[in-house]
Amino acid sequence: MSAIRVLVGTKKGAFILTSDGTREDWSVSGPHFAGWEIYHVKGSPVDPDRIYASQTSEWFGQVIQRSNDGGVTWEQPGSGPKLPETPPGSEDGEPMPQGKSNMFVYDTSEETGKPLTTHQWYDGTQHPWEFARVWHLEPSLTDPDSVYAGVEDAALFRTTDGGQTWHELAGLRGHDTGAAWSPGAGGMCLHTILLDPADPGRIYVAISAAGSFRTMDGGETWTTINRGLNSGFMPDPTAEIGHCVHRLAMHPSNPDRLFMQKHWDVMRSDDAGANWYEISGNLPSDFGFPIEVHAHEPETVYVVPIESDSLHYPPEGKLRVYRSRTGGNEWEALTDGLPQKDCYVNVLRDAMAVDALEPCGIYFGTTGGQVYVSPDGGDHWSPIMRNLPSVLSVEVQTLP
Amino acid sequence: MIRVEIPFHLRTLAGVDGEVMLTVDGEVTRASILDALEARYPMLRGTIRDHVTLKQRPLVRFFVCKEDITHDSPSDPLPNTVASGAEPFLIVGAIAGG
Repeated sequence: MSAIRVLVGTKKGAFILTSDGTREDWSVSGPHFAGWEIYHVKGSPVDPDRIYASQTSEWFGQVIQRSNDGGVTWEQPGSGPKLPETPPGSEDGEPMPQGKSNMFVYDTSEETGKPLTTHQWYDGTQHPWEFARVWHLEPSLTDPDSVYAGVEDAALFRTTDGGQTWHELAGLRGHDTGAAWSPGAGGMCLHTILLDPADPGRIYVAISAAGSFRTMDGGETWTTINRGLNSGFMPDPTAEIGHCVHRLAMHPSNPDRLFMQKHWDVMRSDDAGANWYEISGNLPSDFGFPIEVHAHEPETVYVVPIESDSLHYPPEGKLRVYRSRTGGNEWEALTDGLPQKDCYVNVLRDAMAVDALEPCGIYFGTTGGQVYVSPDGGDHWSPIMRNLPSVLSVEVQTLP
Repeated sequence: MIRVEIPFHLRTLAGVDGEVMLTVDGEVTRASILDALEARYPMLRGTIRDHVTLKQRPLVRFFVCKEDITHDSPSDPLPNTVASGAEPFLIVGAIAGG
């Protein structure tokens, strides 16, 4: 029987929730990395026991953790899993641990052709690029040692040695518009990385608040894909960049079709991002953060409406997931098992995921520390956890 | 041996309890202590100071002999009591943010 592993990142550690395919009884391990902010935890599609985690702290910066056993034990890649008894390097012939798994250095080499060193700051002045943290880790679809990292200040990095070293794909930051990118309220973060299973060269990314970008050559060169977006907070609402894209989603069977939750507006593209149109339809609010696609129904989409950019909680105090079975515009509220009174939590952009079972399971975590599951595509919900720290991210692994 | 006390979150990262005992070659300074600490515990690289520039992270403080030496030069020699192990070298996470 299949099993499910839910990887939860919170403000005070990571938690791993496991169940069999019924998704009724759950066991919990954690907190892993207690006391640290865990922005994202995600497993390799090739080797599900290979899991990567982004561990951060305002005090001590970035740490990358890796597990090779499904989250039972963890190590910082290339730093040695245990306390060395002698100065490393040395007598036993083992290679010297480099301790570089948290070394994210922007590429300013002449080879990139565009050693971009500043971007636009809140006050309109130019500001140096400063690495703050890894928001999102996207393991390769084919190689468990290769992972993409979306970071703040916005850039895309990649490791090909299991997280021991990271190198920037500088063509993105070197895009002609790079110097005009500016941060959203949460910082200037690259938060979404979509890998096209049919075309290894095609990657979509999204940046708050620059917009969406696409590469067709594995990250060497990039194109803005924001035509059709309309952002009222910008002096030119339809400008090429500056849009606060909150999240992109894609069904692997149709990588030309993209769904977007923007700062305001839920959007869709049928031509790989070249053109977007609005599908907010009858949503009670088209502000929100996550957006997800059903595992087996490419036209079934989920969002969690939030009151507004000023009021980051559900409209009317009712926590409702909205589902469209028509690829947008026509939405139905999913409420069974969710609090419909006095609920003022938020659901962050990386805190929703789906499993691959039949029927498809939907999962999300809240800033109030709840993790909910629906084992039937959203019709019925129940809490797996009620009292975790504020949830930053949720990912799901479907295990054989 | 030099005694170094590191904050809770870095102790868990390095997998140590209590003080760390280090041998420092040459003059005992903040920089030479951090060099020795990072060589012994490579998982701490980048958590106290930047990998490349060696600039210390803004919410990390260094205390010796009841003095805050955070803003002194990293290459200033430290008191003999630290070099001898009579007094510890304290790395402290700043109390910030409540």
